[in-house]
Amino acid sequence: MAPPTSSAITLNINGEKHTLPVDHRTTLLDALREQLDLTGTKKGCDQGQCGACTVLLDGRRAVSCLQLAVAAEGRVITTIEGVADGERLHPVQQAFLDLDGYQCGYCTPGQICSALAVIEEHAAGWPSAATADVRPEAGVPELSAEEIRERMSGNLCRCGAYVSIVQAVARAAEEAAQPGASSRPWQADGPGEPGAPADGEAVA
Amino acid sequence: MREFGYRRADDVQGAVALLAADPGARLLGGGTNLVDLMKTGVERPALLIDVQDLPLDRIEVTADGALHIGATVTNSDLAADPEVRRRYPALAQAVLSGASGQLRNMATVGGNLLQRTRCGYFTDPAAPCNKRDPGSGCPAIGGEHHNHAILGASAHCVAVHPSDMAVALAAFDAVVTYETSDGPGELPLAEFYLPVGRTPHRETALPSGALITGLRLPPAPVAAVSRYRKVRERASFAFAIGSLAAALDVRDGTVQEVRLAFGAVASRPWRARAAERALIGGPASAEAFAAAADAELAAAEVLPHNGYKVALLRNLVVAVLTELTEEAAR
Repeated sequence: MAPPTSSAITLNINGEKHTLPVDHRTTLLDALREQLDLTGTKKGCDQGQCGACTVLLDGRRAVSCLQLAVAAEGRVITTIEGVADGERLHPVQQAFLDLDGYQCGYCTPGQICSALAVIEEHAAGWPSAATADVRPEAGVPELSAEEIRERMSGNLCRCGAYVSIVQAVARAAEEAAQPGASSRPWQADGPGEPGAPADGEAVA
Repeated sequence: MREFGYRRADDVQGAVALLAADPGARLLGGGTNLVDLMKTGVERPALLIDVQDLPLDRIEVTADGALHIGATVTNSDLAADPEVRRRYPALAQAVLSGASGQLRNMATVGGNLLQRTRCGYFTDPAAPCNKRDPGSGCPAIGGEHHNHAILGASAHCVAVHPSDMAVALAAFDAVVTYETSDGPGELPLAEFYLPVGRTPHRETALPSGALITGLRLPPAPVAAVSRYRKVRERASFAFAIGSLAAALDVRDGTVQEVRLAFGAVASRPWRARAAERALIGGPASAEAFAAAADAELAAAEVLPHNGYKVALLRNLVVAVLTELTEEAAR
């Protein structure tokens, strides 16, 4: 007997649980946009190459166009709609706004979700391809413009707002490094705990 | 996309049983390559077996000093791991040079080993391709092949393997472990990828129905001084047009041990054993490095538009071994 090709699933998105039927072919991107009316997440290439559809899964950035919705059940999903604190913008959003880190704005939700994760990854000590010495004894590299460009290379901007995007990420990272500040808007383990399982529950 | 069933496996035995029961089944790790190929119709599985919940997400040092890397460890966690960065820096560099931060968070070690070539004829279901449709021909040989193989190819396929990670693994003698319904098995990476020959559609020596459970990296003190250098057409987020994983142990100007593996030149990561043999016991000099590269690249067979890769690899060998010689002297 052929296995069923659709399922009823529950997705945990921005702290809310949504139960919905999905054809297994549905990507998380299409489920967000077409079934849940969360249209902040954008569809660009639909092939994992442009980053417009970037969301956070268990606190880590991922491209939702290559993530099957059915396989996202049990993960803690954060989209651009879940980044701000009510009407109060997240510092990364404010930095993009203040420094003109966009032109048309289509790639911006993906840029911001990616930037949130870049700041967390850097704070957790992750090296990048721009890091001269990856050995742990070499310490954490400074989040230089070169490091930001490499770490953000999965997000394309066809308007070419890269110069301002780099400045916005740098400013947001500086603010997040201040005592008492946190860049984390979401409700899951970030990159600081490699391999740590998500608890699947939202934190108030 | 063809409709498909979906099952999430709880344990390795359950995943292997599901795989054995359905020849149309495929394993789903991060999905960064498989889902993309399903969208274009290159892959048409009847059932996806999701392995994300399998307990294969650990990196552990064993009593014999080897490093065990689980199959569902993400590329991000592999590259961030302190033991990997300390003991095999070229492996961390190779993984960091691949894809984007988003894709590295999704992609798994097992899936990375099994990712498919990005040859434009393979990924276009309307084109002939011996790898996708055996016997249909290889348009790349007389067509677009500036990024195709110069070593180990055949008249049936000239595609290159896209993985950066696997190049570093080849240099460090990694062993792939797997599970089947008949029990466990393992394959050294040198035997994991099959020669192209007349059967480019047969890519690995994994038995049918096998689930990769992980990798074993044997202790390799030489790997502590190692580097991965990747050349590509833009500075980031692109596949290699040529790459090199290298490790070097030099004492008193003499090469004690050396590891060299080339990427983006063959259907598999290319361990450059002829070059290694030429270097052992000899001087650590630019002339010796160039001669060793030439010894390996003497077997190169170039097509009209990919001959540049011979000079590229030769220059990579000289540059990276020179840097490693200087690093070892510090």
